[in-house]
Amino acid sequence: MTVQEFFAMGGYAFYVWTSYGITAVVLIVNLLLPVMQRKQWLRRIALKLKRTAP
Amino acid sequence: MAFIPEPISRFFHRTASPPHFYALANRLIPWLSVLLVLGLAYGLYGGLYLAPADYQQGDSYRIIYIHVPAAWMSLFVYVVMAIMGGIALIWRMKLAEVMLISSAPIGAGFTFIALVTGSLWGKPMWGAWWVWDARLTSELILLFLYLGIISLYGAIEDKRSASRAVSILALVGVVNIPIIHYSVEWWNTLHQGATVSKLDKPSIHISMLIPLLTMAVAFKLYYAVAVLQAAKLELIKREPSAQWVKNLLETSA
Repeated sequence: MTVQEFFAMGGYAFYVWTSYGITAVVLIVNLLLPVMQRKQWLRRIALKLKRTAP
Repeated sequence: MAFIPEPISRFFHRTASPPHFYALANRLIPWLSVLLVLGLAYGLYGGLYLAPADYQQGDSYRIIYIHVPAAWMSLFVYVVMAIMGGIALIWRMKLAEVMLISSAPIGAGFTFIALVTGSLWGKPMWGAWWVWDARLTSELILLFLYLGIISLYGAIEDKRSASRAVSILALVGVVNIPIIHYSVEWWNTLHQGATVSKLDKPSIHISMLIPLLTMAVAFKLYYAVAVLQAAKLELIKREPSAQWVKNLLETSA
């Protein structure tokens, strides 16, 4: 199988690769969003603690 | 929890306390992530490259390696949420509330993936992006249940009351799960019947079955990693001024 044949997916390239692409986007967003939001929250909490610290 | 032996209930209370659970999640996430990457790599390689093309559907059937695991997970995550809802209602366990709401966007994601990839598979095979048949319609209702849980939780200010409300919604919505599963048997439908879970013998060749089951395991591992990440965030959001959060900042700084 050549590389071109692999990506052509027997003529179903659009359906197959769109499916895999959308799946990748949804899974990555659902995984990274909470990580980024947690870092934001921790930064905000640290800032608040610094301000109220004596 | 009078009828549960002391050591066991103590174990649960320790594990379920936010700092303990947070530390446990931090220990588990790296291992689960490694297994997830390995499973995903092998599943994708097996499904997209090693497995032969289908004799009827050609290469379009390769959508199965994400469509079916996503559909399974859409049901699995919902059942987990309903169980968490039950635990939250009976024992008022905060960690169960956190796990319930942390699972909701992930379950919604899986349901969305199952619907979209099904549509992208349906177009070349059935000639239609969408048909209002029992399997597709009940899966769409599942997506609305997930979105309903997310918005109900967001709409109630007090998160303990919000958790009680979504626990009840999650438990009521669980009736939809057997309907989705048996929809292909109870109604005449365009969607094909079960191929893997048939009790006698699965009607899928082993060369296609192995990547499919690998992807199913990888999706389970993904859920484990994603729900732990979401739960870590939710724990901090719920008690941002708790002492254990302050300790967390000191150790990481």
